[in-house]
Amino acid sequence: MKTILATSLIALAAATAAQAEGELKLYNWFEYMPQELLDKFTEETGITVTMDTYDSNEALLASLKAGRLGSYDLTVPGDYMVKILGDEGMLDTFTPEEVPNLSNIEDQWMDVPFDEGRKSSVPYQWGSTSFAVNREVFDGDIQTTGIIFEPPEELKGKINVLDTAGETLTLASMHLGIPQCSSDREQLKALNALVMEAKADWASFGSDVAKDVLVSGDASAGMIWSGFAAKARGEGAPIEYAFPKEGVIVWMDNLALLKDAPNRDSALAFMNFMLEPENAAALTNYAQYSAGVTGVAEFLDPEVANSPESNPPEGTDTVFVEACPEEVQVLYDAIWTNLKK
Amino acid sequence: MAAMAPGGASSSEIYKGNASRLLLPTWVVIGVFLLVPVALMATYSFLTKEFRGGVIWEFSLAAYDQFFLDRGLFGDEPPRIEWTFITIFWRSIWQAGLATLLCLLIGFPTAWFIATREARMRTVWLLIVTVPYWVNLLIRTVSMKFLIRDEGPLNAMLLWSGLIDQPLGLINTNLAVQLGLFYSYLPFMVLPIYAAVERYDFALSEAAADLYAGRWTTLRLVILPVVKPGLIAGCILVFVPSLGAFLAPDLLGGAKSFMIGSLIEEQFKGAAGNWPFGAAAAMILMSIVMVVLLVYARSQTREAKA
Repeated sequence: MKTILATSLIALAAATAAQAEGELKLYNWFEYMPQELLDKFTEETGITVTMDTYDSNEALLASLKAGRLGSYDLTVPGDYMVKILGDEGMLDTFTPEEVPNLSNIEDQWMDVPFDEGRKSSVPYQWGSTSFAVNREVFDGDIQTTGIIFEPPEELKGKINVLDTAGETLTLASMHLGIPQCSSDREQLKALNALVMEAKADWASFGSDVAKDVLVSGDASAGMIWSGFAAKARGEGAPIEYAFPKEGVIVWMDNLALLKDAPNRDSALAFMNFMLEPENAAALTNYAQYSAGVTGVAEFLDPEVANSPESNPPEGTDTVFVEACPEEVQVLYDAIWTNLKK
Repeated sequence: MAAMAPGGASSSEIYKGNASRLLLPTWVVIGVFLLVPVALMATYSFLTKEFRGGVIWEFSLAAYDQFFLDRGLFGDEPPRIEWTFITIFWRSIWQAGLATLLCLLIGFPTAWFIATREARMRTVWLLIVTVPYWVNLLIRTVSMKFLIRDEGPLNAMLLWSGLIDQPLGLINTNLAVQLGLFYSYLPFMVLPIYAAVERYDFALSEAAADLYAGRWTTLRLVILPVVKPGLIAGCILVFVPSLGAFLAPDLLGGAKSFMIGSLIEEQFKGAAGNWPFGAAAAMILMSIVMVVLLVYARSQTREAKA
């Protein structure tokens, strides 16, 4: 009896130890990671993955600031949020030797301004933000941000915009041709007036519903992320994603190593895993954006590789969302609050 | 106090020694999950905001200043009354009040109907009222959205029957939000009123009739005073959660205008990242609710004394 007890105790202790060694805590966007890929990682390494999700870069920052730092290993911030997290001292660094697949990163995504030399993060997915239009409702020219901010008669009252100040006000600034993070009074007044007037033609504000409203027909035009638009099209919405002449917002989400990560080794193993072309391609096939990793082409589904949403026409202007300094950010916050009051 | 019998040891005396110990779990729960968070929130509302979320431990009235005073977009104009947040609060209070009224108008007759059935049928009716609420609130709100959208079954049916010739355009309107709130909280109105009506002695109505009271007078002078506690409890149970509701405004109203709930959420989760302001808005909301409850409590004690 004693031996049985002792053996089971040892077995139990061993099991707990193994579990403690092989864990990974991932904090990711919603609808952004196929379960099969996590299963494959667990199969290859024996590391079990738990994932929580958030719905905006700001929500991620708020959660980390409210004390969740130290409970996650990896997170997936967008470009400007990598910079903010880095400046706040919330990211850890790694050496190239610790992530051998670092050399798989495409050149254009290696030396990026938000994480020079890729010391804390690796590419996850990149894509663009503009808008999509239901072509059965409106068949005119859609290659202008006027579709959202000075809409044609057919689309009035049938427009959804993203419920995030950053992307919506940036697209509005592009429509007016004014810089981001402006502190110029006349420019900000013009921006405020533009969105206030446009709001009368908008049906709703929503980010997580951006795809559904286009599929259901509640909205006939809507600001949306490129991969989400591709998915909406795949679900039968007769929509076209626009690359307006004023430009599109480009962003890259990155797998970033958090400070005080409880399972740093697991985190590095996962980063390396996600930089394997086959795995990066599997993620791209699911999320329908682009990988930022070389050698993915042969693993991509043809319809994803050739999707019009991921292949902007030659000469499309691109803009990254900028993180404004505090004294300027309060002005944009005030415009957003005023818009939604 | 009222439980103590004049002279002689009442039964409450025997339990008195145990009372404080028996109440300990309640105090721990109230302390840990209510008082501490409220104290924390009150403290945060008087601190200096840290850029992009968080606080600096320095006393500041900036959050309350921002709530009540408008100094222009660039902060250099003479202060005037800030209407932005009063507007947002008023919108929420108005919507919650309207939802409460709707629930009351439908809930009272419903509760009356159920309470006047025979005992076996009452259980069935109560079950029918509560069954939909076994489903998660989010699912029910999304279902409501599917029902009332322009291409949804409601419009399809009305169009087919020829009652209307184009969709009602209900989705993303305040009316849709009202429908959502009404549907979400109706049982909270029905159940307390039912409990009050069930205890009502119908002999009182007969007595009133014998004394030549009309139906309206009976309702006003006999029934209402008896079921009033149920009505008030129902109104509070509907009004308070409606005030902080964010699912219905977001999903059915299109999130076009801030409600109190989404305004506060934006301060913690949005780009603004202004924790002290979010805490201050929450404190002001809580003060409003407290005042309503205190007024109610005082009117109750005054009645009890009379």
